[in-house]
Amino acid sequence: MIKRPDAPWQLKTDLVTPKTDYLNRRQIMAGGASMVAASTLAAPALGQTSGPGENPALNARTTGYVLGDDLTPYDAVTGYNNFYEFGLGKDDPARHAHRMTTDNWTIEVEGLAERPGSYRLDELIDQDALEERIYRLRCVEAWSMVIPWIGVPLADVLRRFEPSSTARYVQFFTYQNVLEMPGTRFPVLDWPYREGLRMDEAMNELAFLAVGLYGEVLPNQNGAPIRLVVPWKYGYKSIKSINRIVFTDTQPETSWNQSAPREYGFYSNVNPNRAHPRWSQASERVIGGGLFARRETDMFNGYEAQVASLYDGMDLIRNH
Amino acid sequence: MARRSPLRGFGRSWLKPFAFWLLAAPGLWLFAQWAFLLLGMENALGFNPIETTHRFLGDTALRILLISLAVTPVRDLTGWLPLMLVRRRIGLAAFWYALLHVIAYMGLDLYVAAGFSGSGMWIGLWEDVVQRTYITLGMVAFILLIPLALTSFNTAIRTLGARVWQRLHYSVYPLAVLAIFHYGFMVKGHQPGPWIHGGILAVLLAWRGWTALRSRPSTPSLASQG
Repeated sequence: MIKRPDAPWQLKTDLVTPKTDYLNRRQIMAGGASMVAASTLAAPALGQTSGPGENPALNARTTGYVLGDDLTPYDAVTGYNNFYEFGLGKDDPARHAHRMTTDNWTIEVEGLAERPGSYRLDELIDQDALEERIYRLRCVEAWSMVIPWIGVPLADVLRRFEPSSTARYVQFFTYQNVLEMPGTRFPVLDWPYREGLRMDEAMNELAFLAVGLYGEVLPNQNGAPIRLVVPWKYGYKSIKSINRIVFTDTQPETSWNQSAPREYGFYSNVNPNRAHPRWSQASERVIGGGLFARRETDMFNGYEAQVASLYDGMDLIRNH
Repeated sequence: MARRSPLRGFGRSWLKPFAFWLLAAPGLWLFAQWAFLLLGMENALGFNPIETTHRFLGDTALRILLISLAVTPVRDLTGWLPLMLVRRRIGLAAFWYALLHVIAYMGLDLYVAAGFSGSGMWIGLWEDVVQRTYITLGMVAFILLIPLALTSFNTAIRTLGARVWQRLHYSVYPLAVLAIFHYGFMVKGHQPGPWIHGGILAVLLAWRGWTALRSRPSTPSLASQG
């Protein structure tokens, strides 16, 4: 297991609200709004967040990647999703994603790397290296969640492919199967879904490959069996159900940018100062936080200290 | 066409109350879901009840508007004359749902985003109308709907005269087009919803255009007889 020294911006463990406290606080709120079955979330051993037992449990070490805010209830995290391959409604993924087969999952690695090829999931993810990170997910639709992910740093996985020095970008693709994914019958986007990062973004400590959430294996609607989590960018950059990775020397195509370049840039960094052409990004609705729960949106979704240096000298309005 | 339709007098007695409750049903359903939500009971509004409310009211307003535009073509095709008794009721229902849609957007979104400030809400509305194309389109469509709702009484028809009233109410077609674009510019990606609703509107418009063209040659002859 790789032990990373705590960076100064990380909260010390004893400064974090104890889990029992924030679960209690949430239960009080849930009593009013009846949004959550908080009782399903028992206080776990070892500090790791536990789920309702819907999926196999995962063992992960806790990290300093935590937030002071309440976790978004499990039911909301797994019941309110954008995964257009399964339909356009927020509840469509939870209803239809069970059709997706994630057994014997492989990821094709191509492009500018020394070790391309086809990798099985268990070759890429060391179950003993799993860590839990609590990140805020900020959707471009101006809502957010706080989610306890389980996975490994993206950089650790990408390094195994030995990207060559000419690789400047990495592109990811989502699984595509029209029989299992009813939403792909409509050309809502150019399927399969694709996303990309600059190599230095991909190697940033925050970029994460998740295989679980709430202490359990990822539900299909959340991007099983493996998905990206890039918390300083809008949610659609965190591509789900990845089955292909390509290293390139030119900026790769990304689905939403292809669909509407004026609205969705390649970078898609969370930026309250750059309004989406159709709505403000200055504040966000807190899903599961109560009827009128809103918060001001933070630059880089609150991860400015870790990622701002990636964009030194860049015009972040133009390069949105 | 279908002059001796068996549907001629069907429903003359019960059609109006039936239409009333049918048109009120979506609103009553939404009201019930909000009551369940506020009482902490299980409800169908999901994890983002406000967004669900906006979508539901917008969809309902647009669909009822399309149904109101389909009344005359359906009467022409079926000869079911009592249908005309509920046309105004259907058009007014579209207005009421559009009004609720606007009130929900202002009250649940703008008012809250402005920190529960009334003046902030109006500033937010102005900014949205100026900056966001789909809001501009939706708001213009709604404003065009207001005079139609205000003149939907017999006295208004008498005061304005049938011809002026008819001209005024033709604006329902351009405003329906605006409402479709409001919907189309709102959704992300290439979604089928706006195309389906837009397609239905296109068929209704084409029908009206075709019947108007077909009846035009007969108009001067009628006038000369008069």
